[in-house]
Amino acid sequence: MSPPLLEVRDLRVEFPGRRGTLTAVDGVSFSIAPGEVLGIVGESGAGKSLTGMAIIGLLEPPGRIAGGEIRLEGERIDRLPQERMRRIRGRRIGAIFQDPLTSLNPLYSIGEQLVETIVTHLDIGTTRARERAVALLREVGIPAPEGRFEHYPHQFSGGMRQRVVIALALCAEPRLVIADEPTTALDVSMQAQIISLLKRLARDHATAVMLITHDMGVIAETADRVAVMYAGRIAELGPVRDVIHAPRHPYTAGLMGSIPKIALPAPGSGSPAPGPAAMRRPPLVQIEGSMPRLNAIPPGCAFHPRCPKRFERCVREHPEPIAAGTNRVACWLYADDRGAVEPR
Amino acid sequence: MSGALRPLVRLHAVSRDFDVSRPWLNRVLEGVPRQLLRAVDGVSFELRRGETLALVGESGCGKSTVARLIVGLHAPSAGRIEFDGVDLASPGASSLRRRMQMIFQDPYASLNPRWRVRDIVAEPIRVLGVARSKSEIDERVAEQLRQVRLAPEDGEKYPHEFSGGQRQRISIARALSGKPEFLVCDEPTSALDVSVQAQILNLMVALQGGLGLTYLFISHNLAVVSHVADRVGVMYLGRLVELAEAGELFARPRHPYTRMLLDAIPDLAMSGRRRTPVSGEVPNPLDPPAGCAFHPRCPHAGARCRSERPLPFADGPSLVACHAVQEGRI
Repeated sequence: MSPPLLEVRDLRVEFPGRRGTLTAVDGVSFSIAPGEVLGIVGESGAGKSLTGMAIIGLLEPPGRIAGGEIRLEGERIDRLPQERMRRIRGRRIGAIFQDPLTSLNPLYSIGEQLVETIVTHLDIGTTRARERAVALLREVGIPAPEGRFEHYPHQFSGGMRQRVVIALALCAEPRLVIADEPTTALDVSMQAQIISLLKRLARDHATAVMLITHDMGVIAETADRVAVMYAGRIAELGPVRDVIHAPRHPYTAGLMGSIPKIALPAPGSGSPAPGPAAMRRPPLVQIEGSMPRLNAIPPGCAFHPRCPKRFERCVREHPEPIAAGTNRVACWLYADDRGAVEPR
Repeated sequence: MSGALRPLVRLHAVSRDFDVSRPWLNRVLEGVPRQLLRAVDGVSFELRRGETLALVGESGCGKSTVARLIVGLHAPSAGRIEFDGVDLASPGASSLRRRMQMIFQDPYASLNPRWRVRDIVAEPIRVLGVARSKSEIDERVAEQLRQVRLAPEDGEKYPHEFSGGQRQRISIARALSGKPEFLVCDEPTSALDVSVQAQILNLMVALQGGLGLTYLFISHNLAVVSHVADRVGVMYLGRLVELAEAGELFARPRHPYTRMLLDAIPDLAMSGRRRTPVSGEVPNPLDPPAGCAFHPRCPHAGARCRSERPLPFADGPSLVACHAVQEGRI
């Protein structure tokens, strides 16, 4: 396997405040290889977007990287001065955010924005930059790109705008693309098109993609590996198929069970029983309670108050990721020395 | 028809136009005509007592407008809505309104931040006169909160002290406190995380069973719909293109748009099933295509689809509005 393009080790993001310091990302480690799509999944407040923002150096103050290191192609980028980081963004790391309208400048045509970005990062003239911009727009699936070159962002639909944002992120052939909820604002039919576009681009350009989303379905379609985050930590990381079909962390298992799936009637089951359809179906798996707020992360394993399999050690000690099959799981159930206490 | 068999809600060729014209002065100076947007276009369906009917479709398809028409937040521009056999536009129909309630998508916007939860939940009780004395009202509020698995003491708090899922429970408690028979739920779980969504869906299913409620469930999420709905209506550009039993719709989708929607759902099981790639996007509703609204994106479109609007017809147990299905081309 090729060496990782991005390596994040023990990343810690803190928000100092008047009432003490909040730790939003805590001991997060992962790597992404060229051409690989790593999914980061979790519920709101799990720290997935902040992890992305820390990597591209766009944490909103007072948020700051308080520990760990981030390496891009072997080079540390977590403590570069603003100006150097600005040159890396766009050139070596591209970013795609949820809302395409806020990622584009409403006062410039999309052509101007693309050409400006290309000229800033690549050593080519305006004419060649223009050719490249048109080619990019064609590649992301904008019909008749020459004609749309002079159009402004408001003249595009949501799906088309997101394609423009993707073209903008890819302008300078970055080695890493961070896509934060790129399909969340889109309708399902547009979502499917954008997902397959991202997948194709990662493959064709050997770009590493960090795909941040709350939608397990998007992950299943796109990612090679997935990290499941909970309360600022990675609960489980492994190949997508293993995490989805054989989740090991109780949180991942609960999360998978809580997703409604399209139920097809069993063939030959005859006419359904009377009564509302939902009553005939087993209820969804429920994880009681909700994710803790940052100022109230419980000691030990952050998931223990909601965990059906917790035992004494989970309350006391914070689990580090442990290898379990192909996955890495932060759960004491998979420790060799589980202690004398059996899970209840 | 006897009362028990009569549908609870019936929409008869309901349409709704919105005036999206430029201001009067611009129209006069620039010589542009008035412009109407037809958000709902000739929609007819029935809701049976105790069932969940889901309306699905992409943004702008008119599903939320249908919800708002039924509860009376908009008046239809054409057509008729009946509740329990009575036209909702007729005089005296306002007493029927108390038998229906609505749950909204955004639990952050739908609760008054300055009111305590007990006052939010008590409002329908007071307004609809379900209970009059203070002790009776307090008792009912406590009961409603317990019913949605909150503690009666939570009534003393304000909405900001609750998470999104808990707020949606408060919305449900408020909706149920007026003792309605019929709940219109407009994307009730779309703003929630999946684990919280599961809690709310399970709660809604349990409440329906316990109280014999009828639900109109508006959602863009087909997996959620497949979990809760008995029947599903698919809308596209203001029109109902398919209406079928949920199992039938997911197993044998008929309309090309329904097939496209089902194909677009991410394959969570990673079964590697073959899917037709989706193409195109929803056209501008101000300028809908002639004939069948879906024809510019439809792989089966013919000359008739481009000129003549298809009307719903019964294909087996389903209602479909598609020339290609009717002509046996697909």
